[in-house]
Amino acid sequence: MKNIRIIPRLDIKGPNLVKGIHLEGLRVMGRPEEFARHYYESGADELIFMDVVASLYERNSLHEIISRTAREIFIPLTVGGGLRSISDIREVLRAGADKVSLNTAAINNPSLIREAVLKFGSSTIVVAIEVIKNTDGRYLAYTDNGREFTGKDAFEWAQDVEELGAGEIVLTSVDKEGTGEGFDLGFVQKISENVGIPVIAHGGAGKSRHVSDVILNGKADAVTLASMFHYHYVINNATDAATNSEGNTEFLSQKRNFHIFEPCNIPELKKHLIDVGIECRN
Amino acid sequence: MSKKKVSIIDCQLGNLFSVKHACDNVGLDSMITSQPEEIERSDGLILPGVGAFGEAMNNLDNLGLTESILKQHEKGIPLFGICLGLQLLFTKSEEFGERNGLGLIEGTVKKFEFTTKKVKVPQIGWNKAIPVKSWEGTPMATIRKEEYMYFVHSFYVEPANTEDTLCETVYENKTYCSAVYKNSSIFATQFHPEKSGESGIEIYRSWAIQNDLI
Repeated sequence: MKNIRIIPRLDIKGPNLVKGIHLEGLRVMGRPEEFARHYYESGADELIFMDVVASLYERNSLHEIISRTAREIFIPLTVGGGLRSISDIREVLRAGADKVSLNTAAINNPSLIREAVLKFGSSTIVVAIEVIKNTDGRYLAYTDNGREFTGKDAFEWAQDVEELGAGEIVLTSVDKEGTGEGFDLGFVQKISENVGIPVIAHGGAGKSRHVSDVILNGKADAVTLASMFHYHYVINNATDAATNSEGNTEFLSQKRNFHIFEPCNIPELKKHLIDVGIECRN
Repeated sequence: MSKKKVSIIDCQLGNLFSVKHACDNVGLDSMITSQPEEIERSDGLILPGVGAFGEAMNNLDNLGLTESILKQHEKGIPLFGICLGLQLLFTKSEEFGERNGLGLIEGTVKKFEFTTKKVKVPQIGWNKAIPVKSWEGTPMATIRKEEYMYFVHSFYVEPANTEDTLCETVYENKTYCSAVYKNSSIFATQFHPEKSGESGIEIYRSWAIQNDLI
């Protein structure tokens, strides 16, 4: 049995950590640095930072957050959102990222994956695949947080991504993202068993059981999740995050939607995984 | 007495900032460099790296760094290899035909071979560093036995002399050498201490203290 990675995902809009549903309807959670520090100290195996509005404006505003974080957090940091070119990737790596996550630009120009792999090494290049299940049952790849259909079948695209040399795949189910309903197990399994590179499952975690399911039944190599951890942190450390942030914080003070989730922290989740026979760092 | 200087050797592959951050964190005075003169002036060497063995050796040769590293090693300057930097210390690699390495440790670099496709290569993630001899007096001295460390690799090293092996790691059914320690001056890890949380930073600190670099 391999060791499974648990990866908190921090969606960033401007200076704020945000969380949405189906990658939309973003609500402010607090300061990303504070959450990142907390997750590092409580045993996160890696962190993913996504600039969730970057693609729309063709920019990435995470550099400052990353460069502050990378100086004091010694686990792998993956950064994504709006990275269009080799020079965009280089800048984010210089800011302190260990890996970059590509989506829109990789789909529009698959040769960017190969070029980036040659320049920075395959373990540095992660490809994010955002998937929506079509009414005919096919899984289709989207970009821009599930707004733009790319014409690609997600299953075939995952194979292409591996052939182009990417080191890992983050597989997002847009249908499930932010809902807390659980992962799309069948689809994660289909992709994970068909590629030789690690697949990080994303989208749907609402309780610990969902996470162990996507590892045992979905055959995920790693899991990235946001709401369960963010809500747990907010519930237990509410004051700072809500009062110091700008934007839509009403959600935060009312703790709306929290009931769908069973918030937990990283040690609690890992204890559950170990209890059901999954190996992970503890 | 002027402060001790450490060179982080840049063989122009991969990202060295996290190594620099770890050095800063423990108070090492370090610089990322691919200048032979800098390397020959320094009191400690870190050889990190991610990527292909052959390309890294070509770059070291072309930049004139192979000679500088060997010269410094002759003088007893401490050398800390990380990931590909561990592999480069070995006699040779079997990656895309054979290629000679720095030859400071006798042995071979081999690719993970598994019969089932379900085993993902590269190994990416945390795994245990299991002691095969005492860590006393080595940079791992203060580390919990079987501590988890962060790995990213498709190749592993096979030392010819088992006494060079400091710890082993098991990936699927394969047990391999995950760190070496030789003649007190060479220490190298397959895992990335700079990405292995506070325990990893502790390894940097111990290496620095034991070699009188901070």
